[in-house]
Amino acid sequence: MSNEKTVTFPVEGAHVMLFARSIGDYNPAYHDPGDGEGNPMSARAVPPTFPQAVAQFDPDYPLRIKDGEAWFGSGAGPSGIKDKPATSGGLHAEQHFEYIRPIRPGEVLTARYSQGDTWEKESRRAGKLTFTERLVDYYDRDGNHVCRARGIGVRTERPVDQG
Amino acid sequence: MKASEISVGQTFEKVVVEDLKRTQLVMYSGASGDYNPLHTDDLYCKEAAGYPGVFAHGMLTMGMTGTLVTDLFGPENVRKYGVRFTNQVWPGDTLTATATVQEIRQDDGQVVAEIGLETKNQDGKTVVLGSATGLLED
Repeated sequence: MSNEKTVTFPVEGAHVMLFARSIGDYNPAYHDPGDGEGNPMSARAVPPTFPQAVAQFDPDYPLRIKDGEAWFGSGAGPSGIKDKPATSGGLHAEQHFEYIRPIRPGEVLTARYSQGDTWEKESRRAGKLTFTERLVDYYDRDGNHVCRARGIGVRTERPVDQG
Repeated sequence: MKASEISVGQTFEKVVVEDLKRTQLVMYSGASGDYNPLHTDDLYCKEAAGYPGVFAHGMLTMGMTGTLVTDLFGPENVRKYGVRFTNQVWPGDTLTATATVQEIRQDDGQVVAEIGLETKNQDGKTVVLGSATGLLED
């Protein structure tokens, strides 16, 4: 397992509100504007899958349009690039979160990325499957470990048969 | 949730989305930062990627299922939450999440519950299988 990089990001109330809204979480604690004096909303913890939104702050995250780079989504044609994108055939197979303590709006976290195991499997619905494990450990400003996310991605040989 | 209010084997059910809208996929893309066109761009899906159309981010299905977990425990009491994505979720799907209490135990002086999770679409097809651990109030 190798350490790759770190990304430091603020857990902002407005971001948490947008995230909660997008998953249909209407807990009122995510929708109050804070006390107006710079203190964040009253929520005592973010939704459990919120740490994934660190992607917004990851400078290398591939699934976002970047300045000066071709984007693979449609424009005049069905794709802005000629070949398949680097992320092609990649699907999310599993995701696990473990919380050492709740993550609260208003704090600043550092995510440390590392690569886990890789393995292969044959499938009738999508051909050869290649699984890769990715770990993200989140630390607070005092260096305390607050959360571990373990994602397993799968790359398929062909699009998953819907039959 | 109080320890006295639940028992092993008890189930809780929640419709976490009814007739999933493409707009919700756009909302999740914007909030999470995952702008993969597979989730918002029908033309790309059909003509470049070989899919019948846009489909939900696995993490959106996990997030929606997670609202049942946080309804039960409160977000500050969730200690573990994990899922396996077993089928794709499409616009128009209605998803029902079910939590089954599997174990209640003392852990470091606190009462914790383990729940099994399964989310199914309107055809009874399982889209997410998982589990969660949360602290219970005394």
